[in-house]
Amino acid sequence: MLGLGPEELGILALSLRVAVVSVICSLPLAILVAYGLARLSFPGKTLVDAIIHLPLVLPPVVVGFALLVLFGKRGAIGSVLEEWFGIVLAFRWTGAALASAIMGFPLMVRAIRLSIAAIDQRLEVAARTLGGSRLWVFLSITLPLALPGIITGTLLSFARGLGEFGATITFVSNIPGETETLPLAIYTFTQVPGGDAGALRLSIIAVVLSIIALATSEWLTRRSSQLQSDDRH
Amino acid sequence: MIDIDIEQQLGAFQLAVKFSVEAPIVGLFGRSGSGKTSVINAIAGIAKPLRGLIRINDAVLFDAAQRIDLAPEERRVGYVFQDALLFPHLDVESNLLYGQRLRSPKERFIEEARVIELLGLGALLRRKSKALSGGEKQRVAIGRALLAQPRILLMDEPLASLDVPRKTEILDYIERLRDELNIPIVYVSHSVTEITRLADTVVVLSEGKCLAVGDVDEVMGRLDLKPATGRYEAGSVLDTRVTAHDSQDQLTTLAFDGGELIVPHLDASIGERVRVRIRARDVSLSIRKPTEISILNVLPVFVAAIDEETGPIVDLELAVGSATLVARITRRSFQQLGIRTGQELYALIKAVSFDQRSVGYA
Repeated sequence: MLGLGPEELGILALSLRVAVVSVICSLPLAILVAYGLARLSFPGKTLVDAIIHLPLVLPPVVVGFALLVLFGKRGAIGSVLEEWFGIVLAFRWTGAALASAIMGFPLMVRAIRLSIAAIDQRLEVAARTLGGSRLWVFLSITLPLALPGIITGTLLSFARGLGEFGATITFVSNIPGETETLPLAIYTFTQVPGGDAGALRLSIIAVVLSIIALATSEWLTRRSSQLQSDDRH
Repeated sequence: MIDIDIEQQLGAFQLAVKFSVEAPIVGLFGRSGSGKTSVINAIAGIAKPLRGLIRINDAVLFDAAQRIDLAPEERRVGYVFQDALLFPHLDVESNLLYGQRLRSPKERFIEEARVIELLGLGALLRRKSKALSGGEKQRVAIGRALLAQPRILLMDEPLASLDVPRKTEILDYIERLRDELNIPIVYVSHSVTEITRLADTVVVLSEGKCLAVGDVDEVMGRLDLKPATGRYEAGSVLDTRVTAHDSQDQLTTLAFDGGELIVPHLDASIGERVRVRIRARDVSLSIRKPTEISILNVLPVFVAAIDEETGPIVDLELAVGSATLVARITRRSFQQLGIRTGQELYALIKAVSFDQRSVGYA
């Protein structure tokens, strides 16, 4: 397919799997956190906001190291996960997905939060007076109206996940077939003599994927905002 | 029956309102900032009072003493907001059915087809809310509230963002609802014209307090409420019946127990009840019955009360039969005529001073 070797296809598939799983698992939490930050006021809100944004400003290696300490086999959370649920994240592709999710989380929350904050809250009040419970109003009014932000956030986080390098290599290392995603594979090629051609081929794939993600985001956002004609004058 | 007795603190503003009314349309009247919207927000459960009781017919929606505080979705209170607030991601039909779908079939007593017919929504169902005019949006909002099967309909200045022709159109629709559906309406407005045209009973609010409660024709003519009803808008309301049409001159005669009024042609049948509002500044006074004059309406009255503030203007409350008229004249005329309480006078009202918007079909 497109002149890609089985090895390259494997890398591509792994990268996509890591990014997709990371986005699917983090989306519900991101929506809840974004709603909380946009609509509720509670003590410590600024702190929560800062913690969520940390991965955006910290060196990714630091995030990876923190994950290693917390989710490693002997880490505070990692040991519990393994003992109780038999889930191991360290040095597995699932760990790479976790690293991607955390690095992409601030981008996702930011986009969703902005679109929730832009919704006229009185629409939700109107829906309540029409008989909608809090939960139903959230599902039938808030979520659909926040859709453009949800799409943007998801695709930003997806793209960020595809390109994740520092936190991933620190947390789950660079194991071919298990944790060697696209950026890690490119890095590997650049470290061996004569690997430039391979690095270039993979880099082109990365560029194409990113463009597709951005174009899709743009298209979906435009479609959904056309669908929900803006009522405000 | 609507029983309200609530106290609420909104920042520096204190609301303490108590009234008990029963009417097809209750007008909640007052200037902006008088607490009108706060009262209906409390009825709808959007804002929570500190103390008090809210009861619609037999249903207690809020009772601080018994710790009853129903959630907005449990109150079955239809709310029509000033700016419609249609859901922008849904078409007209889905907007209309939003509330109906949340009610079980046995709670439904207002049918979709009926509402669509009453409000003339048939042609709009597939449209997006963006593609609607202001008046259409407001009609859809009213239909949406009705289909949620409410026990009461609250309308918060529903005409405020509309132009005059749309206002008249929506007023007609609201009158149809009143006549066709058996749902009490609380109509909030700062417009005397709208209140006198629609409401049977009025609650006058000022600075978070209830100033007066009563029949619209009695309350709106009271001079002591002038600070709340507004100086410019001062006037009175007469409850009349159509007695004759003059098709040649296109005039309609209205009778009430103080006499007859001739107004430009009204689209109403003989015997129909019609409420007319007469602005105080449209009423002139004469000591003797004038002849050879263009004014068609000359009514014998006597002076019931005089509101003599400082300034160039004097307002007079005039008794005509059991009804009340308010006349506004200059202090100079007042002094030149030497008007006293109890004096008999003639009130002159030009037929052309009645406009369509000041006439309501009761």
